Amino acid sequence: MTPILETKNLHHVYSDGTPFRHEALKGVDFAVQRGEFLALIGHTGSGKSTLVQHLNALLKPTDGQVLFDGKDIWSDKAFTRAVRFRVGLVFQYPEYQLFEETVFADIAFGPKNMGLDRDEIDARVRRAAEFVGLSEKALRKSPFDLSGGNRRRAAIAGVIAMEPDVLILDEPTAGLDPYGSEQLLENLRRWQAAQNSAVVMVTHSMEEAAACASRLVVMADGAVKMQGEPKAVFAHAAELERLGLDVPQITKVFLRLRELGMDVDTSVFTVEQAKAALLKRGEGAPC
Amino acid sequence: MSNTAFTIQNLRFSYPGAEDMPDTPVFDGLNLTIEEGSFVAVVGHNGCGKSTLAKLLNAVLLPCGGSVIAYGMDTKDEKLLLAIRKRVGMVFQNPDNQIVSNVVEEDVAFAPENLGVEPAEIRKRVDDALRRVGMYEYRNHAPHLLSGGQKQRIAIAGVLAMQPKCIVLDEPTAMLDPQGRKEVLETIERLCRESGMTVVLITHHMDEAIRADRVIVMTSGKVIADGKPGEVFSRVELLRENRLTAPDTAQLLYELNREGYSLALDALSPEACAQTLAKAFKV
Amino acid sequence: MLKDITLGQYFPGDTALHRLDPRTKTILVIVYIVALFLAVSYVSYAVLLAALAAAIAVSKVRPKVLLKSLKPILILMVLTAVLNLFYTRGTDVLVSFWIITITREGLENAVFMLLRIAMLILGTFLLTYTTSPISLTDGLERLLRPLKKIRVPVHELSMMMCIALRFIPTLLEETDKIISAQKARGADFETGNLIRRAKALIPILVPLFISSFRRADELATAMECRCYHGGEGRTKMKELRYARADAIAFALGGALLAVTIVLRTMGL
Repeated sequence: MTPILETKNLHHVYSDGTPFRHEALKGVDFAVQRGEFLALIGHTGSGKSTLVQHLNALLKPTDGQVLFDGKDIWSDKAFTRAVRFRVGLVFQYPEYQLFEETVFADIAFGPKNMGLDRDEIDARVRRAAEFVGLSEKALRKSPFDLSGGNRRRAAIAGVIAMEPDVLILDEPTAGLDPYGSEQLLENLRRWQAAQNSAVVMVTHSMEEAAACASRLVVMADGAVKMQGEPKAVFAHAAELERLGLDVPQITKVFLRLRELGMDVDTSVFTVEQAKAALLKRGEGAPC
Repeated sequence: MSNTAFTIQNLRFSYPGAEDMPDTPVFDGLNLTIEEGSFVAVVGHNGCGKSTLAKLLNAVLLPCGGSVIAYGMDTKDEKLLLAIRKRVGMVFQNPDNQIVSNVVEEDVAFAPENLGVEPAEIRKRVDDALRRVGMYEYRNHAPHLLSGGQKQRIAIAGVLAMQPKCIVLDEPTAMLDPQGRKEVLETIERLCRESGMTVVLITHHMDEAIRADRVIVMTSGKVIADGKPGEVFSRVELLRENRLTAPDTAQLLYELNREGYSLALDALSPEACAQTLAKAFKV
Repeated sequence: MLKDITLGQYFPGDTALHRLDPRTKTILVIVYIVALFLAVSYVSYAVLLAALAAAIAVSKVRPKVLLKSLKPILILMVLTAVLNLFYTRGTDVLVSFWIITITREGLENAVFMLLRIAMLILGTFLLTYTTSPISLTDGLERLLRPLKKIRVPVHELSMMMCIALRFIPTLLEETDKIISAQKARGADFETGNLIRRAKALIPILVPLFISSFRRADELATAMECRCYHGGEGRTKMKELRYARADAIAFALGGALLAVTIVLRTMGL
């Protein structure tokens, strides 16, 4: 099956021909399958934000292609614009892009630009608000009267309301407290399941990636370095650390255990997995 | 005997609410003391009052009732304002919004310039502060071209140049990537260990708090747990009830104990945790 | 992208011109402008042009870069020259056809005007190219300090300039981000008539204003925490001090002005 989104040998150079020339992407081959939850991981400057902006045609490749459903997104103008709506992009700290008088109007901005009719817009706004957990009362408020966490939700709802086939989020939980992050991720998972859309989450946090995604893509230095199921990627924990990534605490503990001479599987990354692995070892015989 | 950096007595505080809404108190009778030279982490979820507490420590906000005494000075005394702020420096969440100049060293010089320090002495303090945060080579750079972690270290240097006794950091790593977080935390820890400075770190990352000497957990303006990181984080249930999670290491040890093991719960860093587990499970 | 715009146009360097006190440079530019307006003959223009060329040579700013700075005002320069060419009344008619008469005086005026504007712009740009915005602000604050007596808030103005300079790159970056974010929601800035396009700016301007206010508020708190309490009792890490080079520069500037005045009285 054709992936919903695919890049082929994607290159991007910023400020070409000036002393500030910077090659951000160096031949990225990357694909998003329909309906999958994918986490894109990399440290600052790895090129992940640049990649993401190519996926909905905000940036034009210096070289290479971006295909949506098998078709080059730059092949014609109407298609490029259509792709903007089918690939939703939520930027980092999206709450700073809110501008309307009410939360409702702000969420409706995207659907309105799509040229949908009133009833459809109304229905979509309400559906989106429900998914992110905003109440009916919150919809009538000014976005600036909401709490920080709810402003973030409103901004994400604004993209969800376009009902894209692929939803990309650049560090959606940055700055939220652990509880707020957990809830937001839960909402996203629920949306992805209900909508059967693909979700691409850009994150620094391996814990988060491991908790939500079915597949991880690790970027470094403008290229894809590793990809696969979380377990397979975390099996290379030592290499992840070398790439400047923060591996989950539990993985760190297990890496150390191995160094201490214990024969343990270092691909564990959650408390449950670790507990199961250790209990199996101890065969339920506490000392 | 160690001296007290802050004494908070029966503190009451509320933000002025909207006209038709009664003020909801953030603090209603909080008592707390912080020892000089200690590294204290204040944790809690958003809206628990921890940032408000930070601003009350150096008289950015004033108590509505009760008192905050910083280094023997009442924050309500207007005449002592500069003296308090000179001793209690503050670093905020967004590194962009606390840097005033477009040259790194000029920014670090800002506070001593405000205090009327002699030019030669300012130069010395600036160089010294930049060296302590490891940013001396960047002294002539423009801040907007630096990474988040570097900017935050500049902000810390800007505070150090005042030669304070205490530094209060209000979620200094919330907007940083893992690399930046590491840089900032290591800098803070070094300051406390090497120069004996009092550090108050406000955060919602539990794994940052494990570095501290003392962890204070707050919920709706009340202290619900207070003690050494090992003690506090071993109370996994209490934290869960209050929408907080203990670090994964603590949770793992706790879960294993529920299965009948009796592991020490204060092994919080990955290293310590691995050592504890290795002892218990090595055949 | 917006953030690629270079602002302040400062070219870092370590030439004699870069090292001069910003006050000296500012005063010299003013002296130069006065001299330009006193110049009336080819001889005096030649002297002033030579002085400018010498300063450019010392600064090591590439002449090409400097000439590029004339581009935005090229139309203004040509227009002024043309107006002078046609509208100067004179006796010595060079060309005359239909209603257009070009006199020798007109031609001279046009050439002088062109030279005057070009040299004025180049001289001023040379100042901003060789002086960092922050030291320029510093210099201005010191020069304008006497105005404090008539209650001009000199320190506050210079502080504002300094902060503005600091935040311009940050705000440009932010604008870039907001534009991208709204584009991702299908905002269209390129089509439609003027009113439509103006309306399309609202989703950019509102978030930008709100974020600027938030930044200002946070910055104010951060400044207070660092003991900022106005200009009273404030010291400077880098005290501006006139050096030997400044004395020489002043002497040269004074000589230039004197020569121009002498030439003028001689009718040259």
